[in-house]
Amino acid sequence: MSAALHGLVLAGGHSTRMKRDKATLTYLGTPQLPKAYSMLSGYVARCFVSVRPDQADDGVRNAFPQILDSVAVAGPLAGIMSAQSVEPAAAWMVLACDLPFLDDATLAHLVEHRDPARLATAYRSTHNGLPEPLCAIYEPASREVLQAYAGSGRTCPRKFLQTHDVALLEQPTPRALENVNSNEDYWAARAGLLPENENKSVQVTIQYFAILRDQAARSDEALRTDARTPRELYEQLQQRYGFTLPADMLRVAVNTEFGDWAQPLADGDAVVFIPPVAGG
Amino acid sequence: MAGFAFSRTPLDVVAQRRALADPSCGGYAAFEGWVRNHNEGREVTKLEYQAFEALAVKEGARIVADAITRFGVVSAACAHRIGALEIGELAVWVGVSARHRDEAFRACRYIIDEVKHRVPIWKKEFYVNGDSGWVNCERCALPSRADALPAGHRHDADAGPT
Repeated sequence: MSAALHGLVLAGGHSTRMKRDKATLTYLGTPQLPKAYSMLSGYVARCFVSVRPDQADDGVRNAFPQILDSVAVAGPLAGIMSAQSVEPAAAWMVLACDLPFLDDATLAHLVEHRDPARLATAYRSTHNGLPEPLCAIYEPASREVLQAYAGSGRTCPRKFLQTHDVALLEQPTPRALENVNSNEDYWAARAGLLPENENKSVQVTIQYFAILRDQAARSDEALRTDARTPRELYEQLQQRYGFTLPADMLRVAVNTEFGDWAQPLADGDAVVFIPPVAGG
Repeated sequence: MAGFAFSRTPLDVVAQRRALADPSCGGYAAFEGWVRNHNEGREVTKLEYQAFEALAVKEGARIVADAITRFGVVSAACAHRIGALEIGELAVWVGVSARHRDEAFRACRYIIDEVKHRVPIWKKEFYVNGDSGWVNCERCALPSRADALPAGHRHDADAGPT
């Protein structure tokens, strides 16, 4: 029987080339970290975000179950090894958070073709034929081998996969694992995902709850708007319905995940403004 | 098991509790939030809960999974009512089973606190005089008060039955 599969989204990088936090980059209205987390969650028993200890409380990462880096190894290997030390009996499906083209077919194919008898299952890059270490499954047996590998001063997970007994799969979607390391890559990726001109109006749906539902006298609506962000959209709706809550008392959700007031709205986005909550 | 669920009908605590039973566990801690007949000096006659369910179940499940990891408990779950509730009804239930009592109590406390602060659920109170209001939404909406509120107030769910 193969080991239970747990998920780990790698969000501990320094993003040194981009000079901005890759976990917060937004494509089609969804920031990368929540998107990666929610995609991966569909394939694993439990899902975690790998973070450096100094990132644990930041607003992007503290919404998720975390595994803090606990081993002194440079780069993504630290995250993988820390997860293995938390749950040595699990196989870890590892996913970088900076893959804007990642699709469900790629994750499903990896899980379906996992070979638990090898140390890991990974994709061969369509770009250069080398193993892709950050969308891969690491079996429990890889733990000690990785420890020895890191113990000898090596830190490159790609080289690890090249030199050990792993299953390498062809990618079902060719560009799915291209990542984003510069602002140029980011805008190019967004352009690739968003064919329309960003400045024109977008069609969105809005669901209202609690006091906003009472004041708007409706529970939902679809509308076309020239608002570029949720903040602008709320300002427009506040004028229309006389909402008494100021925007800074609310949170916003886009496509059923907490979002950012400044993220660009895209066609088809489902927006929910969240008044102060009062469960319990 | 681990999870967060909404219910439109009364919660079955016995069944919820049974689902957490595990031979490795030496303790079970639970919290029940009940509908109280008063809040902030006003007499309350009934409550209505609304939720943004699609996001709330995800956020609730994250809290429960996080509690399991953080406190090392064996199982945890949370169930929340939705719709109209009468005084005395069970509004929210949290249960945790663990090897030892300490982590069971702590995980239980953590889950109810986080649920109250993070999960998109809203509570409307109906008062004796016929008024009603959304808890945490009405007074903060007054401009004169909003400026005076402390920065941390934004999503503090401080009132209510629990």
